[in-house]
Amino acid sequence: MSVARAAPPAPHPALAIEGVTCSFASAHEKGAVYTAVRDVHFTVGTGEFVSIVGPTGSGKSTILNVIAGLLAPSAGRAVVFGEDLHGINPHAGYMFQADALMPWKSALDNVAAGLEFRGVPRAEARERARPWLARVGLDRFGERFPHQLSGGMRKRVALAQTLIVDPKIILMDEPFSALDVQTRQLMENELLDLWSADRKSVVFITHDLEEAIALSDRVLVLSAGPGARLIGEYRIDIDRPRDVADIRMTPRFLDLHREIWSQLRDEVLKGYAQTKLQ
Amino acid sequence: MAATPRPKRLPGRPVILLLQSFVLVGFFLLWHVLTATNIMSPFFFGTPLAVLERTWKDFASGVIWYHLYITLLETLLAFAIGTVAGIVFGFWFARAPLVSAVFDPYIKAVNALPRVVLAPIFMLWLGLGIWSKVALGVTLVFFIVFFNVYQGVKEVSPVVLANARMLGASSRDLLRHVYLPSALAWVFSSLHTAVGFAMVGAVVGEYLGSAAGLGYRIHQAEGVFDTVGVFSGMLVLTIFVIVIDAVVTVIEKRLLHWRPQEAHTTGAQG
Repeated sequence: MSVARAAPPAPHPALAIEGVTCSFASAHEKGAVYTAVRDVHFTVGTGEFVSIVGPTGSGKSTILNVIAGLLAPSAGRAVVFGEDLHGINPHAGYMFQADALMPWKSALDNVAAGLEFRGVPRAEARERARPWLARVGLDRFGERFPHQLSGGMRKRVALAQTLIVDPKIILMDEPFSALDVQTRQLMENELLDLWSADRKSVVFITHDLEEAIALSDRVLVLSAGPGARLIGEYRIDIDRPRDVADIRMTPRFLDLHREIWSQLRDEVLKGYAQTKLQ
Repeated sequence: MAATPRPKRLPGRPVILLLQSFVLVGFFLLWHVLTATNIMSPFFFGTPLAVLERTWKDFASGVIWYHLYITLLETLLAFAIGTVAGIVFGFWFARAPLVSAVFDPYIKAVNALPRVVLAPIFMLWLGLGIWSKVALGVTLVFFIVFFNVYQGVKEVSPVVLANARMLGASSRDLLRHVYLPSALAWVFSSLHTAVGFAMVGAVVGEYLGSAAGLGYRIHQAEGVFDTVGVFSGMLVLTIFVIVIDAVVTVIEKRLLHWRPQEAHTTGAQG
């Protein structure tokens, strides 16, 4: 399974998170500080698919926002291809958990938007967006507006919208959590297909451990918040290409699942206790 | 399956239209009977036939067209100027929190002022021509548009905004592709109100002092106890409003086609 391109070994990982801590002024108490994540370290290699799992409220999205450059960490830094990140990360594409399409633009114009922002004339951007819509199976729906599409279709548009600008790092924040199980597995397989065609670094956030194992090369486990830390790291040595529905039954998958879950379960329980307290 | 759900099993549209016309005819009939039998004095209430005849004459002889033109011109100018000013200031206030915080009580104070009291001032400043009416209309339209743009810019979904930024949007791109469409959606949803207020400004201004326009016509008729003339003026004004409202509905539908279809119960029926 060697990569055909004879690229020189990259001197830097695609992404390095070094001692990142994020604190916010508490919304409940005046003057109090809420620390979402504390002293998080990890790297993501070029072409690597890394998932971060953790209980609800463990600051998973916070980490992703730091990598995206939407949020400046209180301490520590994000290093992208060897360079300190300041402002929006120009190498990253971000697929949000909530609907992020522009509701006043058609599906085609939404996909074309990233190119337009990069100075491509509108007509050409639309032409180049067409094959991308086709790749996510929506070539007949280009003129529809987001509200005229189903939840799964909107996610596909968002995927094409993110990928068309060819980001080197793709950030995904529970992108499929709002979908039903069947649509979700279809989308996961589609994501793997698109990813394996042109390997990019992926940071995938989910609270669904099965999804994380099925998709990733590596799974990172985050403790319950506040002050969440990385407490575990697991290499997923299951062969690719994978079918996310099939591999869930394989012994290796089940072993990994048991192993990671034994650690994650305690954190989930802690997280649950916390939310009950509030 | 494709049938539209009708919760209370309303009859079809033609039946409704028929019933609606019955109400209109019934109203005129009642008016006619009451005035013809002198239960209601024709001097104070006019008669429907006289009103229709007067209206018809005004249109046929062409006198009314000039006045309609003036009122329309004032309405459109008030609407255009008020909208542009509202958009500019709405954007400015929404993007500059300090400005918005400082001016907030004054904006509210001016908006709370009944605008009719400004009419005499505008007449002193701008004379009896169309501009004093336009100014009055602008003060009405401006605040509607201003508040809607302000809200539209403030309520842009942070996720949509973050997404556009991640896709490489510059602040100019954000303005054009995110803030403006969002704000315009709010403006268009208040289009009916804004146009209506522009017209109120024009007609009230004319009524209080002018030499032309529908408000002037009504005022003139009232001055000589010409009840028929007053009612005829009101009839023309009503028709004018219905036509404008229908045009606005068409424009609204074309510009907001990206929006989810809501139940359109209000509309061209006026």
